[in-house]
Amino acid sequence: MDTIALLSHGSPKAVIAYRAGAPVTAERFLSDARRLARSLPAGNHVLNVCADRYRFTVGLAACLMSARVSLLPSSHTPEVISQLANFAPDAFCLTDDPRCDIELPKVHYPEGPPQRVAEMPDGESTWDIPQIAVSQIAAIVFTSGSTGTPLPYQKTWGRLAGCVRDGAARLGLLDRRSHVLIGTVPAQHMYGFESTVLLALLSGNAFCAERPFYPADIAAVVTGVPRPRALVTTPVHLRALLASELDLPPLDLIVSATAPLGQDLARAVETAFHAPLLEIYGSTETGQIATRRTAEALVWRLWPDVRLTVMNEQVCAHGGHIEQLTAMQDLIEITGDKEFLLHGRTADMVNIAGKRSSFGYLNAQLNAIPGVTDGVFFLRDSTMGSTGVARLAAAVVAPSLSVAALTDQLRRRIDPVFLPRPLIIVDRLPRNATGKLPHQELQQLAAMNMQTPIAIPTDHPAFAGHFPLFPVLPGAVLIDEALQAIERTRGIDLTQWQLAAVKFLDAVRPGEELRMEHAAPQTGTIRFTIHAANRIVASGSLSSLPRSGAAA
Amino acid sequence: MSDKASLMQQPAPLTDVGLQREIAALFVQALNLEVLPQDIDPEAPLYGEGLGLDSIDILEVALIVSKQYGIQLRADAAENQQTFRSLRHLAEYIAAHRTK
Repeated sequence: MDTIALLSHGSPKAVIAYRAGAPVTAERFLSDARRLARSLPAGNHVLNVCADRYRFTVGLAACLMSARVSLLPSSHTPEVISQLANFAPDAFCLTDDPRCDIELPKVHYPEGPPQRVAEMPDGESTWDIPQIAVSQIAAIVFTSGSTGTPLPYQKTWGRLAGCVRDGAARLGLLDRRSHVLIGTVPAQHMYGFESTVLLALLSGNAFCAERPFYPADIAAVVTGVPRPRALVTTPVHLRALLASELDLPPLDLIVSATAPLGQDLARAVETAFHAPLLEIYGSTETGQIATRRTAEALVWRLWPDVRLTVMNEQVCAHGGHIEQLTAMQDLIEITGDKEFLLHGRTADMVNIAGKRSSFGYLNAQLNAIPGVTDGVFFLRDSTMGSTGVARLAAAVVAPSLSVAALTDQLRRRIDPVFLPRPLIIVDRLPRNATGKLPHQELQQLAAMNMQTPIAIPTDHPAFAGHFPLFPVLPGAVLIDEALQAIERTRGIDLTQWQLAAVKFLDAVRPGEELRMEHAAPQTGTIRFTIHAANRIVASGSLSSLPRSGAAA
Repeated sequence: MSDKASLMQQPAPLTDVGLQREIAALFVQALNLEVLPQDIDPEAPLYGEGLGLDSIDILEVALIVSKQYGIQLRADAAENQQTFRSLRHLAEYIAAHRTK
């Protein structure tokens, strides 16, 4: 029987992990895994939600050595957990969170002082590395599919190990130095699973148990471990690190995945952190299959034995660790035998901050809510903020439901990153003659009727200045705030617009809640009304200035 | 009566409310939330079912807080367990640690 060792560390004292900066030896790790394996209940399927990467990995190793299968769903919403329980009725949840509310039988990660390695029972040699059959199902990962039911993909130990070993070579982690992998991604996400947990096990390197989140946390964890260090992260965290302007301690490698980085951002990262940045490309279905040094070239280099082929006008991956010919969900241009370019996602795929889903799945979940008669998710054309994350919007026909009630229902069903902003309740969707929903129509729907709050601090100096005994907000201040809000929410440059009309209808007192509705009924016009409680305090319109010289 | 209990029974000083309102306005602007700053319950959890922020939002907020108030948030600092419990907790944390 073909086997691959659970870990490839060369000696019992080799470091496999760092917890709060303290090294954990491979021997200690195996001892912890054996102890946990003995204490697990009978079920063969395990949802391992341990947030501490060390505990997760001990849990994974315990499962591997007892022929249990780790389940890796794409989120942990109640809906997904109930689908998981149907899929594997014997599943139990391994958790290190005392408040874990996942509705599966729970096993709490055993706390308490670790057994001393010398006290191990039943005469097992503590440095007897378990050999795992290559055909053993190590994990089942789930994609959201396109119909509302997650699709399972079985991953054998042999294929996972093959994929990760090819990755280790590509990342330069097999030079017999002990590299430390610092992951900002969870162990349960396919990328974190491959590039922190499995990568450390199968390349004889070490991982950090922590999952640093804020830029200052990342800096602290990096400082706490020895070099060479590799930061395994995402575009979201890289943008946040750059925006924070923190000085990071020296890194030797930066790895990014989940969404492609632009070349400018990749170069900025390499310059700021003085380390090469390698991007990994992969999918839940295929695992990791390619890398690129984005600062130098946009072309992706495939794993040595993986190939791409066009079948039925779809690009499919095969060979190497890939189980079967698999259609890729991205727009791929094959540029050579072992190279390709990426041109975005196919229409149905959604990727928000590294979480993947499909419009098919999200729409199915939305339309399954009692009271929803029609509804559709769509991607807004603009991205926002320092993290550069695009968000979804949704238009819903649901005569009896409020936005809050719908959001509550959605939160039980889909991962929070996919919750729509805004969620617009409409009388009917703008379907065309063939029943389709043109992208442009949906964008307009989101842009036409927008609600923007206007925040005026209670202690704004303008209140005091007007009428000392009857503080009201001067109209000029109100309009100034309103214009700024329009500029922000619509992403327009107001120097190209003029105030065409404005009416002040009522006074604004300190502490009043103000809400502005604004719409763009036609190009070049924006109308707005400003509401306080149940009265309108001001209304007006803007018109765009003719572009000087545009006609010339 | 413990100090904590007596604090909770007193109305928050005006400046704290001002800071809460200011932070709420920053949230709504930066995160494009469908809520008025005034409507954010200062005691409601910011994550999940309260304001409904997710981890990307929290990262975005951390960057705003570092730019606006000169504080680098840390998840592992002991008091930071409390920081994102509610708008009031965050405002208190910022008031105690701001450098600008």
